[in-house]
Amino acid sequence: MTADRAPTGPGSRPARRRNRPRPAARYALRALALLAVLALWQALTSLDVDLWLRFSQFPTVTDVAHAFADRVSGPDYWTDLADSLTRIVTGFLLAAVLGVAVGVLIARSRLAEDLLGPVLEVIRPIPAIALVPVAILLFPSNEQGIVFITFTAAFFPVLVSTRHAVRALTPVWEEAVRTMGGGRWRVLASVVLPGALPGIFGGLSVGIGVSWICVISAEMISGQYGVGYRTWQDYTIVNYPGVFVGMATIGVLGWLTSTAVELMGRRLTHWLPRTSDAPAPRPRLPRPTPASSVPAPAPRDGAADRPGTGPKPEEARDEHLV
Amino acid sequence: MSTSSDTRGTHGTQGTGGTQGAHGTQGGQGTRLSLHAADLGRPDAVALTDVELDVAPGEILTVVGPSGCGKSTLLRTLAGLLPPLDGRLAQDGRPLVGPSADRALVFQEDALLPWRTLRANVELPLAIRGLPRAERRTQAEAWLAGVGLAEYARQLPHRVSGGQRQRAQLARALAGRPRAVLMDEPFGALDAQTRAGMQDLLVEVLAGTGATVVFVTHDVDEALFLGDRVALLGAGRLTAVRAVPHPRDRAAHDAPALAALRHEVLASLAS
Repeated sequence: MTADRAPTGPGSRPARRRNRPRPAARYALRALALLAVLALWQALTSLDVDLWLRFSQFPTVTDVAHAFADRVSGPDYWTDLADSLTRIVTGFLLAAVLGVAVGVLIARSRLAEDLLGPVLEVIRPIPAIALVPVAILLFPSNEQGIVFITFTAAFFPVLVSTRHAVRALTPVWEEAVRTMGGGRWRVLASVVLPGALPGIFGGLSVGIGVSWICVISAEMISGQYGVGYRTWQDYTIVNYPGVFVGMATIGVLGWLTSTAVELMGRRLTHWLPRTSDAPAPRPRLPRPTPASSVPAPAPRDGAADRPGTGPKPEEARDEHLV
Repeated sequence: MSTSSDTRGTHGTQGTGGTQGAHGTQGGQGTRLSLHAADLGRPDAVALTDVELDVAPGEILTVVGPSGCGKSTLLRTLAGLLPPLDGRLAQDGRPLVGPSADRALVFQEDALLPWRTLRANVELPLAIRGLPRAERRTQAEAWLAGVGLAEYARQLPHRVSGGQRQRAQLARALAGRPRAVLMDEPFGALDAQTRAGMQDLLVEVLAGTGATVVFVTHDVDEALFLGDRVALLGAGRLTAVRAVPHPRDRAAHDAPALAALRHEVLASLAS
C-alpha cells in the first residue's frame, strides 16, 4: 500500500462529550428537581393551602414517609411488590417476544399481513383494561388474567413499532447480504433484527409504561395482592397516606423498569450515530471543491432510489433522561 | 501495478489452505455473464429492452449512461436480485436464478451494516460461507489491511470517512471470493482525489482475483480508465459495447485512440 492512500477523512475518534455538563452535575440537577417537588408538596399540605385546589385533606410528605416506613417493615409490602413485578415482567416479556415476532412476520410476509393484519387492527383500539371481562371468562385464575391484560397492553406498541422499523430498513443491507449468499434466516438475524432494534426499543419503552398502567388497574379491579390491589384497599378504608405510599411505589417501580428497558436499548444500539459525537452522520463533509470533471453524485436510477442510512432510526432513540 | 503482487502475497500467506493458493495463481476463474434478448426492470417500469450482452470471464466491463437509464437495474439483474422480464440471463451458460455468493454487489454508499465494525462487516460473507470464527477474523483483517484499513478494523462505519467506508465495502465484497463483482457507482459519492485513489486501489486488489467485474458509473473518464470494454446505455437500450484501448493506464489518458473513444462516448451520452 502506498502511503498516500493512508486513511483520509476527519479524525475518527472525536473528543466525546465536549460541550456536555459533567454527569455528576446532571444527576444533582435531577435529584434537585425531585426534591423541589417534594418540598412544594410538603409546603402546600402542611400550610393547608385551599386555593380552589384543596390541599387541606392531603397527607403531608412526612405523613406519607411515616406510612411508608411502617409498610416497608411489614411483610405485605414486599409480597405485593413481588406479585406486581412478577405479573408485569411475565406479561411484558411475552409481549416483547411475540410483538417482535408478529411485527417482523407482518412486515416481511404479505400472507401474514393479510391474515393477521385485519384481526389485530380490530383488537388494537380496545383498551387493554377493557379486556378484564374477557380475561375473567377466558382464564381459570385472576393471576393469568392480569398477566394477559399486561401482555395485551405492551403487545401492540411493540408490534406496531417493530413493523414500522422493519419496513423502514434500507434495502441495500438486505441486498448486500443476499449477494453474499445469505438466505432468509441470515437476512433475519444479520439485517432485520439488528436494524430494527432502535425502533423496537421505542416500542418496548412505550410498552413498559402502558404495562404498568394496566397491571395496576387490573389489580385494582380483580386482583388479590399486588401494589394496585393494596392501593385500592387503602382507598376503601380511607387510608390516604397508604394510598400515596402505593402511588409512590408504582412511580418508583415504573421508573426503574423503564430505565432498565432504556439502558438495555442503549447498550444494544450503541452503534447509532450520536449527534453529540461530532463527525457523524456525514463525516466526509469537508470535501475539497471537486474539479469540474466530477459531477454531483448522480441520483440513482429508477426503483433503486433509496434514502441513505445517515441518521436513520434517530427518532426512535428519544433522549430519555434516566 | 507493481503493488498488486504484494497485496495478493499478503493474502496468499494468510494460509487458508488449498482454495486460497489456487485462487491466487490460477486467475481466470471469473464467470461469464450473458444476457440474450432480455427486457429488464419491474413489470410496471421496464428500464431496458432487448439487451444483448456477454461479459467475458475475468474482464472489466464498465457501463455508462445518463442517470435513470437503467444502470442499476442491469446490475441488480446480473446479481440475481431482479429476474429479467423476458429473454435469457445466464452464468457460464447456465440459467441464472437468484442471488448467490458468486456475484458480489458493491453499492454507492452506506451498504455496510452500521451496527457492525468494519471487521465484522468483512467477516459477514466469511461467516455465510461457514468459516470458523478465528479463520474469519484472520481473513477479514488481511482484507482490511489490503485496502489500507488495518488500523480501522474495530471502528463502526459511521466513524470513518466515505472513502474508507467504500474501501471496507470493497474488502467485504472480495472477501467472499466472488467470481464476479458488480459495482454500482461505488465511487460516485467521493471527491475527485479520493476517487482516483480508489480506482487505483480497485485495480490493485482485483489483480489476481480473476473475477469478472461489471462497473457502473456516470463518469466517462472512470469508465475508460477501468474498463477493458465499455457499454453504453441510453433510451432504454444497450446502444453499444466498445473495446477500450490502453485500459488501466493513466499515462494513456491522451492517447489518440482513447480520445476518439471518449469523444464518441460523450457524444452518445449527450444525444
